[in-house]
Amino acid sequence: MSAPGTLPFCYRLLRRQLVLAVRRPVEIGNPLLFFAMVVALFPLGLGPAPDKLAGFAPGILWIIALLSNLLTSDAVFRSDFEDGSLEQLLLSPQPLFMSVLAYIAAHWLITGLLLALVSPLFAVMLNLPSQATGTLLASLLLGTAVLSLVGCIGAALTVGLKRGGMLISLLILPFYMPVLIFGSAAVQAAVRGAPAGPYLAIIGALLCLAIALAPLAIAAGLRISVDG
Amino acid sequence: MWSFFHKFGSPPWLYSIAGSILRWLLPITLVALAVGLVWGLFFTPPDFRQGNSYRIIYIHVPAAVVALAGYYVMAIAGAISLVWKMKMADVAMKCCAPIGAALTFIALVTGSIWGKPTWGTWWVWDARITSMLILLFLYLGVVALYEAYDNKEAASKACAVLALVGTVNIPIIYKSVDWWYSLHQPASIKFTGESTIDPSMLYPLLLMIIAFYALFTCVLLMNMRAEILARESRTGWVRKLAVSGGRG
Repeated sequence: MSAPGTLPFCYRLLRRQLVLAVRRPVEIGNPLLFFAMVVALFPLGLGPAPDKLAGFAPGILWIIALLSNLLTSDAVFRSDFEDGSLEQLLLSPQPLFMSVLAYIAAHWLITGLLLALVSPLFAVMLNLPSQATGTLLASLLLGTAVLSLVGCIGAALTVGLKRGGMLISLLILPFYMPVLIFGSAAVQAAVRGAPAGPYLAIIGALLCLAIALAPLAIAAGLRISVDG
Repeated sequence: MWSFFHKFGSPPWLYSIAGSILRWLLPITLVALAVGLVWGLFFTPPDFRQGNSYRIIYIHVPAAVVALAGYYVMAIAGAISLVWKMKMADVAMKCCAPIGAALTFIALVTGSIWGKPTWGTWWVWDARITSMLILLFLYLGVVALYEAYDNKEAASKACAVLALVGTVNIPIIYKSVDWWYSLHQPASIKFTGESTIDPSMLYPLLLMIIAFYALFTCVLLMNMRAEILARESRTGWVRKLAVSGGRG
């Protein structure tokens, strides 16, 4: 059997990751459940006054999306590292840059996309003014993709470590901060009725930068983790 | 050219050359620090608006400038060790992180002490302060990642990748005061065009910045010497050095 081309290979890799995820629906549901639970924490901690919550809602929603993304990114490469299929991937003649993108795409489809799609529901619960819902959705769609790319850098660097969980948050949270700044600023602008386009454009620029550079770092990180 | 390159990869050579650099650089640094501090703290005119409280600038600005520059040193050393597999670049990168973290911390603390009398608050979430805090986290992340690996060779490589990824943030920190109008004043010292600081205050400040660069170099070399000895502790030349009481 001849080796498949790069694109069919990446497509198969993406399909494999998605099939693995769909076979264990609870794992897909967990980040969403986490999202819902942390949303419930804020009215308890800050007090249930609707106008106060509405003011904080853009930041709250963005921070929770960021945290659930962070918690899931730890597992992206772990099972494949443990059963050795990651090693096979590194040995295969396929460019690692593209295969890594397939992993990230799967991670984003399972967490970021779903989080963005359910976010309007939680926005209503936190009294986010309805004119900002579209911007929230758009900023989360773009932003969680950046978060997935950056998060996978941390995952690649720590996958070989026994106790990676806490470390990965320390490593990648600094890189999440610019995304959080522009993401929540976009939603806040929309709440005020100001144009959110410039902020979304900056997140889009961050996404382009991350797509171009993050897979290089992830590929290097995976090679270090597998060799080390 | 190449023999120079190979020499840099040799631990005994680097150990001794670092020693002989330190022998004259360290006294100069200490004198420059002392002169700069005394000059800045006692012999400059008080600021017409801030009075004497501005004098902390002679520690705050040099620490912040060198903390940012130190990140570049760390990232470039990391890149060299990744590309040319040079062990000594590894050592330099690993030794940069704690020094840079300390300088960033000094810049944050002095800034906070300065902020209380002038802005009326210890801390504001303004662009430059927040980005310096992020710089501190970046440094600490490198330290934490290095400590987490048992295999120190893999640790150095992983830290080098992390340091290189972090360089994306550094220009943002550097330009944050110019890009976002914030409470923190924009840079007073400019290489092109007129500086917005009086020469009588500028010269001691420049001396302090140079002294801090030299201090960074000294501490880095000292750390590197210690790290080289720790890594090479099983080799013959280190044993010989230990037997001869460090004079070898």
